[in-house]
Amino acid sequence: MTTTTATVSLTRSKSAMIPAFFALVLGVGVLVLAGHVQAAALHDAAHDVRHATGFPCH
Amino acid sequence: MFARILTSALFAGAAAGVVAAILQFMFVQPVLLHAELYEAGDLVHFGAEPVSAIQALPGFEPTRDLLSVMFTMLIYCGYALAVIALMSVAQERGAKITPTNGMIWGVAGFVAAHLAPGFSLAPEVPGVAAADVTLRQMWFFPTVAAAALAMWLLAFYRNAVGIAVAVVLLLAPHVIGAPEPDTFTGPVPTEIAALFASRALGVGLAVWVVLGALCAHFWATEAKDA
Repeated sequence: MTTTTATVSLTRSKSAMIPAFFALVLGVGVLVLAGHVQAAALHDAAHDVRHATGFPCH
Repeated sequence: MFARILTSALFAGAAAGVVAAILQFMFVQPVLLHAELYEAGDLVHFGAEPVSAIQALPGFEPTRDLLSVMFTMLIYCGYALAVIALMSVAQERGAKITPTNGMIWGVAGFVAAHLAPGFSLAPEVPGVAAADVTLRQMWFFPTVAAAALAMWLLAFYRNAVGIAVAVVLLLAPHVIGAPEPDTFTGPVPTEIAALFASRALGVGLAVWVVLGALCAHFWATEAKDA
């Protein structure tokens, strides 16, 4: 009985970790793209925001 | 679960992004535009003539400023995704997520994403001297990651070991030191640069508190709808 409960709670917490992990990766991806990639077009478009947000800009 | 994180993060991030854009246009952008007059050489600090501290600044520039709004919203959506992902894990582990303690999440997020790197790499006004951007990024990312982990430890592992590790994580990047320029060649008056740094940090704190509260709010409402 105890084993069953443990398995259930383990599965639950694992199933919560995976979407959280992917959301975190997606969030960091968005931040890197919008805030840090040095490609000229992105840099120029995001220039003021990068400065105002305290990111290393150029 | 992923859909719930995504939806609530987009709402929270977009709304906080609008708040950030408004505050930045009011308080940060004028300082930035003022600095650019020196960066571009239109004004010269310590030149032959003293320069008035009050200058006519360029007005609203549709492309430039709308792009800024868009990118501000994108950046805060990125932060919101990370915050809500971590909130979902914390909740799974028994933490209560409410808009009120969401504000504390916001302060912790500000410390991790803004204050910790800014402590050694102060928000830069255009035209300042700085080390190579890649080197600064290589210092910036680990510093943010270390500070975020430290905030998590202080929130959820508040025992002697947890606190000790958090203190080390917070101090280490600054003891090691951020990449610094070899020479100071910035043409912008220090008064403008200092104002820019404190405005950028102040707006950052305000928006992060709003972001934390909104993340918690939308995380809860999306649960009721699901």
